[in-house]
Amino acid sequence: MDLDPEGLFRDDSDEDDDNVQEREANKEMVVYLIDASPKMFTPATKADEKEETHFHTIVNCITHALKTQIIGRSYDEVAICFFNTKEKKNLQELAGVYVYNVTEREPLDRPDARLIKEFSCIEDSFMSNIGSRYGITSGSRENTLYNALWVAQALLRKGSVKTVSKRIVIFTNEDDPFGGLTGAVKTDMIRTTIQRARDAQDLGLSIELLPLSRPDEEFNMSLFYADLIGLEGDEIVDYLPSSGEKLEDMTNQLKKRMMKKRKVKTLAFAITNDVCIEVNTYALIRSTTPGAITWLDSISNLPLKAERSFICNDTGALIQDPQKRFQVYNDKIVKFSTRELSDVKRVSSHHLRLLGFKPLDYLKDYHNLRPSTFIYPSDEQIFGSTRVFVALHSSMRRLGRFALAFYGNPTRPQLVALIAQEEVTSAGGQIEPPGIHMIYLPYSDDVRYPEEVHLTSDDAPRATDEQIKKASNLLRRIDLKNFSVCQFSNPALQRHYGILEALALGEDEMPDVKDETLPDEEGLARPVVVKAVEEFKASVYGENYDQEEAEAAAAKAGASKKRKALTDAAAEKSAAHNWAELADTGKLKDMTVVDLKSYLSAHGLPVSGKKEALVSRILTHLGK
Amino acid sequence: MARNKEALVLLLDVGPSMHGVLQEVENICSTLVHKKLVYNRSDEIGVVLFGTKETSNELAKELGGYKHVVVARDIKVVDEETTNALQNLPRGTSPGDFLDAIVVGLDMLIRKFGNIKGKQRMCLVTDAQHPLRDPPQGTKKDQVDTIADQMKRHEIKMDCIIFRESGVRHNAVMDENDQLLYHFRERSVTKVVHVDSPTSLLGALRTRNVLPVTVFRGDLEVSSSFKIKVWVYKKTSEEKFPTLKKYSDKAPASDKFASHEVKVDYEYKSVLEPDTVVPPDQRIKGYLYGPQVVPISSAEWEAVKFKPEKGVKLLGFTDRSSISRHYFMKDVFSFVPEPGNTKAVAAVSALARAMSEMNKVAILRCVWRQGQGNVALGVLTPNISSAKNVLDSFYFNILPFAEDIREFQFRSFSSLPSSSQPTKEQQEAADNLVKMLDLAPPGREEILKPDFTPNPMLERFYRYLDLKSKQPDANVPPLDKCLKKITEPDPDVIDYQAPLIKKLGNVFELKENPKKKKARTQDRLTYTGADDQAKLLEEPSAEKVGVSEALYPPKKKAGEIGDHNPVQDFEAMLTQRSSSTWVQTAIEEMQKYITALIQDSCDRDNHQKALECLVALRKACIIEQEPNEYNGFVTKLCQKFRPAGDKIFLQLLSSKKASLISKEEAPDSDVTEEMARNFCLKPEPSSQ
Repeated sequence: MDLDPEGLFRDDSDEDDDNVQEREANKEMVVYLIDASPKMFTPATKADEKEETHFHTIVNCITHALKTQIIGRSYDEVAICFFNTKEKKNLQELAGVYVYNVTEREPLDRPDARLIKEFSCIEDSFMSNIGSRYGITSGSRENTLYNALWVAQALLRKGSVKTVSKRIVIFTNEDDPFGGLTGAVKTDMIRTTIQRARDAQDLGLSIELLPLSRPDEEFNMSLFYADLIGLEGDEIVDYLPSSGEKLEDMTNQLKKRMMKKRKVKTLAFAITNDVCIEVNTYALIRSTTPGAITWLDSISNLPLKAERSFICNDTGALIQDPQKRFQVYNDKIVKFSTRELSDVKRVSSHHLRLLGFKPLDYLKDYHNLRPSTFIYPSDEQIFGSTRVFVALHSSMRRLGRFALAFYGNPTRPQLVALIAQEEVTSAGGQIEPPGIHMIYLPYSDDVRYPEEVHLTSDDAPRATDEQIKKASNLLRRIDLKNFSVCQFSNPALQRHYGILEALALGEDEMPDVKDETLPDEEGLARPVVVKAVEEFKASVYGENYDQEEAEAAAAKAGASKKRKALTDAAAEKSAAHNWAELADTGKLKDMTVVDLKSYLSAHGLPVSGKKEALVSRILTHLGK
Repeated sequence: MARNKEALVLLLDVGPSMHGVLQEVENICSTLVHKKLVYNRSDEIGVVLFGTKETSNELAKELGGYKHVVVARDIKVVDEETTNALQNLPRGTSPGDFLDAIVVGLDMLIRKFGNIKGKQRMCLVTDAQHPLRDPPQGTKKDQVDTIADQMKRHEIKMDCIIFRESGVRHNAVMDENDQLLYHFRERSVTKVVHVDSPTSLLGALRTRNVLPVTVFRGDLEVSSSFKIKVWVYKKTSEEKFPTLKKYSDKAPASDKFASHEVKVDYEYKSVLEPDTVVPPDQRIKGYLYGPQVVPISSAEWEAVKFKPEKGVKLLGFTDRSSISRHYFMKDVFSFVPEPGNTKAVAAVSALARAMSEMNKVAILRCVWRQGQGNVALGVLTPNISSAKNVLDSFYFNILPFAEDIREFQFRSFSSLPSSSQPTKEQQEAADNLVKMLDLAPPGREEILKPDFTPNPMLERFYRYLDLKSKQPDANVPPLDKCLKKITEPDPDVIDYQAPLIKKLGNVFELKENPKKKKARTQDRLTYTGADDQAKLLEEPSAEKVGVSEALYPPKKKAGEIGDHNPVQDFEAMLTQRSSSTWVQTAIEEMQKYITALIQDSCDRDNHQKALECLVALRKACIIEQEPNEYNGFVTKLCQKFRPAGDKIFLQLLSSKKASLISKEEAPDSDVTEEMARNFCLKPEPSSQ
């Protein structure tokens, strides 16, 4: 395997080892259990003209999640399963449960192009192929929810719980699934269903609920689902999303909650010598790059296996993985064992060591090297960690300070700035989670001073107040309202996956991906904007700038005229020789370099290199 | 001189007031030389010491004066001698006169290179505390003017590092000296920095010369009709640990010219025919889309892939507050106006100042090169220059795209149970800690400022490299005192704030979670270095006693399978499952036990017991997804005991349904159901 061979998406600083480890270490399997009862198909909001149903919302969310997953975490496996359906399709032949799938795919498998494509338009054919009905009714003994859990658990049987995290996610808008029943039948069904859920949880499966509520009737967790997923006390309040005023907000909330938090590492954070707490780190922001490529045999299209071998440069002998490394220093070879190298790199005995605090404005814009890492406390191994963390977090926020700490990562020990982040929420859910952002700081040798490269001893000119005023006016005119950091999707990545999706589905048409990152030409062409730009331009460039530029361009054209004259002269000069004959008789090497160059420049070839290079270039050009 | 070749003269103050930090001066200059020996072998270095007892320089010989200035080394290409010249610097006896030293350094450079222009630099390290000698004519300022003119004429740059310990009180002499050095900055290309701790002294001298290369030269397009000519450079870039080459010991010792290098060769082989190598022109790239592999040739890909136009375009301005600091993604760029273009300088300056006044930032879309496969979206922030001769410029940070964000949800602190909320007393202790452990105390330079903090890992590596070149079997040296202040809090501060820190420890109660006794906790939670391990054995410090016990609980003795109740013992072992190796151990133990049982005796009692164990093992192997572990074991067992005529056991095996684990039961198994069923009925091949 070869990751991104062209290095398109990589720049010099990109080596995100966290990311790779993360991907390998915790694979995830998830079964989406979707309630398909008729209640899900009634319009969610009465006022809206577009009658969107909860079912539609869920299909959208899952499609979105699948698309994200195929880009970011295509190793994870997914199964989609409806319950309260007319038809049944599952290995256990249980009524009212339909495991959705597409051809050439296991029910629980990595998502592929066809699944996404077909699932996104499932609504068109859902009623005719799968059908919807109320599964739990007073007349029948069927318990579709029980059946659904049973099917989901069976689907999740493969893979060991040790290495794979397994989840069942239930989407429903029915807070009281057994509401239609009475008496012993009801209690019995509730008991068996909850027992079913307990059994699944005992096997290491986690069950999550994504409840959908309407503005007029809130989803009541305490009726049934709190027991099912095992919530207690005030956890219920916390669990329930603030009921969606708008369906859009709810969609956003669902999208966020469908993602499982993955921690990168657990660290010990030493605040003082005897207060050491436990924190987890999360990678909230990392560049997403197109997935790995594999080499295939161009004839059979079968994957190739890469074999690496080490060969001694001096003797040509094959070597087993060499253990020693060396560096040429002062013309001597200095050898190191890997053990010695790792000892050199180990400069700290702690994961994260607090050094002190500084006011926030001491953190400059250029104090950055890599994407930040998010820290959230954990009480899993050390009780009381959260409390210390919360206290420190609130002190730092209130006093406007960040903490400076040393992060003793063995590959790159680094100074980090820890910035306390306050929770930010909106109707669409949490925007910024509460916690601490860890920002990797440069060392003195990582900082460069390009602004001083062209330093002269003269005073640097500064803008006048008038110019600054005009600039301020410009700033006011070209204002991005409601700019949020992640509103643009990456056009290169969208195009990459757009092409792959089209090819994977065997479509001929290449998708047209809109580049959202281009400036708003229309907005910039508004008269007020144009006026502000022109005024600023005139104040810094002078009134006649365009004219001057045109003249300068003309002068440049003059320069190119001169160049043309030179070429002509060269052509004339080179015409004095019969080059083909010289080449045939092997006399080219007797010519002077100046003569050779006259030929080359007359024919628009590069004139660089040694004499031999010039000769061979002429020969190639003559076709000899 | 070659393009990036540099001639450097170090002007080092060794006068009495500098004695305290001479060790650091030695260290930092040595690191500089070490790096030059690795990266810039042809650079030249001269060393001038001033404030010495003796006097030894050309000017003194020819003109007289210039006392207490010693040329420790003429300007020569770096070699081992250079490092020696910088070791054990003599402790001088007279107060240093840096102007004399500058003149001597300048004279050396001019003598050596005359009018040849190239990169020439002087680097002055002094405390500038002592009055300078009065010049024979004119003022000191005039003298500085003359020297600066000479420096300008020969394009010689200068870095001045002024070291004054934080306690030293400022006086008139220092002011005068500082003014003189600032005057250099105004009259010539000179940089002056102040540092007040040995640690930041280590970071103040740039030890590696990187030729600045532009990432982009062209227009910053505000709109289609208004463009500003800018050059873009990297502002920060991580200095990497050097990539060491793999060493091959195959070359004979007699071969003096052996490179000892190792070539790495990749061969691509077909899955069908593992022996044939597929040549490069028969290979095609396959891109992964979920589980599918989509083959596309490079030419095809080139035709359809995303190809943005080169250019830097403004999208608009927005409030600074709308972009949180943690969204900055990568190393930072710097936008400077095109050199010599006064119009661009004015435009950049006006925009930067307006942005800074209004607290605004600009959002840009950048494609640095033609043919680049992606775009960079980022934020432009003003960098208003404080030095008179430095132009205003911008910083540029890359921002994430929508795909780069993972919106994980975390529990709000306000909804945490009261057991996780700090009490008033605890909050107060935390507040005090934040207030008192101040790294930017008033009246002092900022402590551990990134711009003046050296990389402890690299410092140590280069020191070790030099040491090893002299003693090949040397051990890794411990981190020196100054570098330790980067990785750990300053012990002086800690001592000073001891009561406060103790208070913090007292009000918060940290306890280990008794349910989570992970054997591997210790590995996961700390790295113990070679030198730390030694310390750990010697003196268990307060910290080790307090928290370490919580963090590294003593390893619990592994359970064993006893004769009394083997199945229960086995299950107990499994439930501990503190690590993946545990399961393995449990299964192995059980296998050993069963083998022993059958081997030991032939009576039915033992058989029964062995069978029970086998059934338990089988169950465990299905749950733990280790079917092959069981299948392999049972097959071996049968092969072993079948010749001995132990048929009864085999019959029991099939009756108890303890046959092989089939695919149906555990997907990892490679035994089909039929194979499992027939296993026990297999006829004996040899004995009958």
